Amino acid sequence: MDTQVNKLAFDGGWQYAPAPESTDHVTVDERYGLFIDGEFAEPAGGKYFDTVNPATEERLSQVALATEADVDRAVAAARKAYEGPWSKMKPAERGKYVYRIARILQERAREFAVIESLDGGKPIRESRDVDIPLAAAHFFYYAGWADKLDYAYPGRRARPLGVAGQVIPWNFPLLMAAWKLAPALACGNTVVLKPAETTPLTALKLAEVVRDAGLPPGVVNIVTGAGDTGSAVVSHPGVDKVAFTGSTAVGRMIMKAVAGTGKKYTLELGGKAANVIFADAAIDQAVEGIVNGIFFNQGHVCCAGSRLLVQESVADEVVAKLKDRMATLIVGDPLDKNTDIGAINSQEQLGRIESYLKLGVDEGAEMFQASCPTPDRGYWCRPTIFTGVAQSNRIVQEEIFGPVLAIQTFRTLEEGIAKANNTPYGLSGGVWTDKGAKIFRMTQKVRAGVVWANTFNKFDPTSPFGGYKESGVGREGGLHGLGAYLSLES
Amino acid sequence: MSAALRPQRGQLPDLSRVTAVDETGVEERVARFRTRSIKTSSKVEALKLVLSMIDLTTLEGQDTPGKVRQLCQKAIHLHDSMPGLPTVAAVCVYPTMVAVAKRALGEHRIAVASVATAFPSGMAPLKVKLDDTKAAVDAGADEIDMVISRGAFLQGDYGYVFDEIAAIKEACGDAHLKVILETGELSTLDNVRRASVLAMHAGADFIKTSTGKIQPAATMPVTLVMLQAIRDFHTETGRMIGMKPAGGISNSKLAIHYLVMLRETLGTAWMTPEWFRFGASSLANDVLMQLQKQATGVYQSADYFSLD
Repeated sequence: MDTQVNKLAFDGGWQYAPAPESTDHVTVDERYGLFIDGEFAEPAGGKYFDTVNPATEERLSQVALATEADVDRAVAAARKAYEGPWSKMKPAERGKYVYRIARILQERAREFAVIESLDGGKPIRESRDVDIPLAAAHFFYYAGWADKLDYAYPGRRARPLGVAGQVIPWNFPLLMAAWKLAPALACGNTVVLKPAETTPLTALKLAEVVRDAGLPPGVVNIVTGAGDTGSAVVSHPGVDKVAFTGSTAVGRMIMKAVAGTGKKYTLELGGKAANVIFADAAIDQAVEGIVNGIFFNQGHVCCAGSRLLVQESVADEVVAKLKDRMATLIVGDPLDKNTDIGAINSQEQLGRIESYLKLGVDEGAEMFQASCPTPDRGYWCRPTIFTGVAQSNRIVQEEIFGPVLAIQTFRTLEEGIAKANNTPYGLSGGVWTDKGAKIFRMTQKVRAGVVWANTFNKFDPTSPFGGYKESGVGREGGLHGLGAYLSLES
Repeated sequence: MSAALRPQRGQLPDLSRVTAVDETGVEERVARFRTRSIKTSSKVEALKLVLSMIDLTTLEGQDTPGKVRQLCQKAIHLHDSMPGLPTVAAVCVYPTMVAVAKRALGEHRIAVASVATAFPSGMAPLKVKLDDTKAAVDAGADEIDMVISRGAFLQGDYGYVFDEIAAIKEACGDAHLKVILETGELSTLDNVRRASVLAMHAGADFIKTSTGKIQPAATMPVTLVMLQAIRDFHTETGRMIGMKPAGGISNSKLAIHYLVMLRETLGTAWMTPEWFRFGASSLANDVLMQLQKQATGVYQSADYFSLD
């Protein structure tokens, strides 16, 4: 059979005209200070750094660079707020503040979505439909727990820990801030939060929300900066609890820094999830799941399904359909409502991804990229798949954190499980099959914090999230997420 | 199609190889199509394409020759005050009205489609269905819209359904055969997929969702499953099969979302009236209203558009 003849064509013909989301309703200040003790303040060192729009390489704003002195001030403000109003407040009152944050976020959802896309490069469809609604949902969910902690732990007394030092990544800036702040505040802790240096804007906008919600000064402090600032936050002696989401390398450093200090910690680190497709799966929906698993948020997702394990008898079909699907993905302006894949978050990250693309080819894998056009300026990477890869290849073993999928095949369920688990990571996994029994086998055997069945990248505030092995320590979300911000006494 | 390739009775495809369908996944994919934002020039182009793909339909027991002639006039003159409009693809009527429609359309390149095979229930012996089909073809129908025997399908008698379609196809001669699955009675998307495969292997030129007489009629999830079946059939055999969602698509926005779904599932080759149709009676006027709005910036009242 001549496969050329049977190929579908997706080029030309009727095209979608640009449909840009309006930015009229959004204001971004020229410059942002540090949010300490309820107000924006100049950094002690007087230094600022640029935050750029990765889709245009243009500067969006200047953001204060927090030094150790600033972190000292932030921790002191958080301590004072903790000792003062916050830990002594009636839990139901505390809950009201958290609810208020959730409601203001909902009211300002469009503005937050646009800023998230401007600063981080993610498509507006995702920031609008996923990031912002989920962030609000986390605040709503944990607000509800504030006055019910005694029911969460029957027969024990749940007490807050004190000051939480939180460092979050650039892939889901506001959502990660919500994951960190919501349970901490609901449990009665105060917070010093450091957003990522490439995406600080929505956290600073969140500071405005915190202020508008009338939270007592010092309950939430937001300090901006790069690795040094983050290091100052987590190693500060006044911090009782460390929460970090980011790379495994930094996670290791944090674990060393907190060792022996008595600080509680949760670390949510890297991943190299296997998305396992069985021959009896609903193939078309599985293909959609592959796309959602690896191309969601440009693949900047710690739980991305970056390894595809597909059962041999359907491998050719799955790969062919995946290529057709990739032909319809639209890469470009993050603010266009039809964009599927936005800009890579930073030049540095683009460089890292490109080095892996080269490595994959050098390792002998076959690379296929969607043929879509990309803009001239900005940081872009076409959706990419590698076939003919081996378990020993680095593109199979290492986290790339980009829209790059490594495809392998397997014959038996046992081989599928063995390959899925043959990784130092264990954050997430996916299984696609029409058989319920197979789903249970897989979810029991795959060593990962989350295993999705016939879906991928689904998040809900009520569901715990976290990793095995090098993917992290502790859980966030749900009832489990509360425990990370409490000490339990009998 | 050469005689050798013509489907023979008893040549049932291996339905155990038909892939499973996950309903939740289908709905999520459809939701993605519906987030596509189609504006300005892209919208105008889409609206015109929609018009050109319409099978303008009247299928009522109370239809009269006069009503059918009116419909044919509308098919030719959609809205003459607006220049540059296409005509619809076809008019769709009962067999007794085929001759009337044929005469009314005269030399215009608008096809006459006729429902047949004891439409809409299909509850008649094969001989009656074949006679019904032949009568429509003899009266000049260019396209036959048949219904499958849903009862037999749900009983698992796939061989019967297959043979019946193959026999009707033979009776169609040169007329194009659209096979109506009546998905509203098939209950699961797995059944929709299986029935699609069956119909295509049995000789369908088009597969069609619904008669319009049963609720739900066409839906985006059902249509997506059928489009995916068409794609796989094309991959397997190299043959293109057309798609016709019918019933329930009455506004422009929804119709445009169907085009988005078509484009992203089957690609550009199917984006013509030759391969995609909307079975609809009230869609055309809504599209015309939207085109008027795009041209002038204001909506006109429905009174400015002829009913039929």
